[in-house]
Amino acid sequence: MNSTTMVSSLEAPRTRRLRTTGGLLLALVAMLMICAPLAIYPLFLIKILCFALFAAAFNLVLGYAGLLSFGHAAFFGGAAYITAHAAKVWQLPFELAVLAGTAFAALLGLAFGTLAIRRHGIYFAMITLALAQMVYFMAVQMPFTGGEDGIQAVPRGYLLGIIDLRDITAMYYTVLGGTILGLVIIWRTVNSPFGHILSAIRENETRVTSLGLKPERYKLIAFTLSAALSGFAGALKAIAFQLASLVDVTWHMSGEVILMTLLGGMGTLIGPIAGASIVVGLEHFLSTSGLPITFIIGLFFVVCVMMFRRGLFGELKALLERSRS
Amino acid sequence: MTDIFGVPIVVLLGQLLLGLINGSFYALLSLGLAIIFGMLNVINFAHGAFYMLGGFAAWLLLSALGIGYWETLIAAPLMVGALGAVVERLFLKRLYRVDHLYSLLLTFGIALMLEGLFRHVYGAAGKPYPIPPSLTGGINLGFMFLPMYRAWVIVASLAVCIATWLAIERTKLGAYLRAATENPGLVQAFGINVPFMLTATYAFCVGLAGFAGALAAPLYQVSPGMGSSVIIVVFAVVVIGGMGSIGGAIVTALALGIIEGLTKTFYPAASSIAVFVVMVLVILIRPSGLFSREA
Repeated sequence: MNSTTMVSSLEAPRTRRLRTTGGLLLALVAMLMICAPLAIYPLFLIKILCFALFAAAFNLVLGYAGLLSFGHAAFFGGAAYITAHAAKVWQLPFELAVLAGTAFAALLGLAFGTLAIRRHGIYFAMITLALAQMVYFMAVQMPFTGGEDGIQAVPRGYLLGIIDLRDITAMYYTVLGGTILGLVIIWRTVNSPFGHILSAIRENETRVTSLGLKPERYKLIAFTLSAALSGFAGALKAIAFQLASLVDVTWHMSGEVILMTLLGGMGTLIGPIAGASIVVGLEHFLSTSGLPITFIIGLFFVVCVMMFRRGLFGELKALLERSRS
Repeated sequence: MTDIFGVPIVVLLGQLLLGLINGSFYALLSLGLAIIFGMLNVINFAHGAFYMLGGFAAWLLLSALGIGYWETLIAAPLMVGALGAVVERLFLKRLYRVDHLYSLLLTFGIALMLEGLFRHVYGAAGKPYPIPPSLTGGINLGFMFLPMYRAWVIVASLAVCIATWLAIERTKLGAYLRAATENPGLVQAFGINVPFMLTATYAFCVGLAGFAGALAAPLYQVSPGMGSSVIIVVFAVVVIGGMGSIGGAIVTALALGIIEGLTKTFYPAASSIAVFVVMVLVILIRPSGLFSREA
C-alpha cells in the first residue's frame, strides 16, 4: 500500500524523486498562499486554511492509523467554543485562548480515544459519532455556549501583544503560520518511526502485536494528537471569524471532514489539503447558487466511494508509480 | 395525588409511555440495522433517511393522492423497500469486497442526498399528518389516560419486531439466512441464491424503517431532519446491545427508550444525552456490548 514504508535500497532513487516533486509542489503552494491575499478575499482563504489543517489532522487517524472517526467535529467545534469563551469572557490573550482550545480538544480526544479504541472497526465509527453527538447536545444546552446564537463578537486580540489582529492581512498570515506549524507536526509524525508503526497497524495489527508492540497505545496517541490539531484548527477559525457556533459541532461537520480527506486522497499528505480547498470552494460557490448543498455533498460521497476510492492524489500517486515502473 | 420523588405519578406514567413509544421506534430501526449488519456486513447509515422517507411517503400519499392511513401502512414500506433494493443492487453490491468503511461512507452519502433533496423540495418545517379516525380518542385506565394511537404504535411495532424475530429464529427461510451469515459460499453451493437473499434482506430491513416512519407520521411531524436525529441514538443503542443478537437489539431499544423517558421526568436537561451516557458506561464495563456473542 504505502510505498514509503518499505523503501528498499533499489527503490530509493524513485522515492527520492517523488519526494522532491512533492517538495517542489509544496514550495509552490506555499508561495501561492503567501501572495494569495492580493487576489482573493483573505477571510475565504482563512477558512480554506483552517479546514485544510482540520482535514490533514483527521487524515492522521483515517489515512495512517486506519481508524474512521465520525466525531471529529467535537474537537474542532469544541475547541472553537473554549477559545471563543477564553478570549471573550476570560479576556485571555490570543495565544493563550488558542492554547486553551487546543488543550481542551486534546483532553477530549484522549477521553474519546480511550473509550472508542476498546472496540474495533465499524463500532469505532459509531462510538465516536455518538460521543460527538453528546458534545453537540451539551453545546446546545450549556449556558456559556449561547445556544443557537453561539458566541459572537469574539475579540481577535494581538499576536505576541504587538501585532493587531483586527487587521485582516495580519490575521491571515497568523493563520497561515499556524496552519504550516500544524502541517509540519503532521509531516514529522508521519515520517517518524511512530508514523511507520501506525501504518503497520493499519496494514496488519496482529503482526504489530506479535512484534511486542501495543497497538492500542499507538492508536490512542495518534488519536489524541489528531484531536489536538483539529482543535487547533477550530480555535484559529473561532478567532479569525470571531464566532463559535453550533454548525462546527454537528455531525454534518464530522462528515464533511471525512469527505475532504476521501476526496483528496487519504494517507497522502497533500490530499486532505486539496480536498478541503475543493469542498470549501464548492460550498462557497453553491451558497449563492440556490442549489441544495447537502445533496451535492452527499453525491460527492457516493461518486468518490464508487469511482475513485483512493481520492485525487491517491489516484495520481498510483498513476505516477505505474508509469515509472 | 401520589408523588414519586416530587413527580406526580401521572406525569411519570405519561413520560414512561412516551419513552416506550420512542423505544419501539428504536427497536424497529435497530432490529433492521442488526440484521443488515449480520447478513451484509454493512452499517447502514441511510437507515434514518429511509425512516424519513417512510414518513414522507405517508404524507405524500395522503396529501397528493388521498390514500388513507391503513393502505399507506402497507404501501409506504413497500415503496421504501423497493428503493432499498435498487440501492443494494446498484451500489452496495459492488462494495462487499472492499473495506466495510466504504459501505458506511456510501450509505452516509445516500443519507445526505436524501435529506438534502427533501429539505430542498419541501423545506425544513414539519408536515402534520392527522391521526386516522379509527384510532382517535383514548381509553381511561383509571390512573392515566391512554391515547389510542400511542397504544397502537407500541402494539404494532412490537408485533412486527417479534414476527421478524420469530421468522429469523424459527422458520426455514430464517435458517437459510442465518446459515448464509455464517458461510455464504457453502449456502450458495447448496443451490440457494445468496445474492438475491442479500438484496431481499436489505430491502426488507429498509422497509421496516419505512414502516416505522409511516407509523411515526401522525405522532411527530414529518420533516427531512427526522431521520438523522434518530439514527445516531439508534447507533448508540446498537453499540450498547451489540449486534450479535436480534432479541437483544429489541430489548435494549425498549429499555433505552424507557431510560430516556425517566430522565425526561427527573432531570430533563440530561434527557438528550441519557442514551449516550449509558453507552459510555457499557463500553467501560462490558466493551463488546450487553448481548454480544463475541465477548
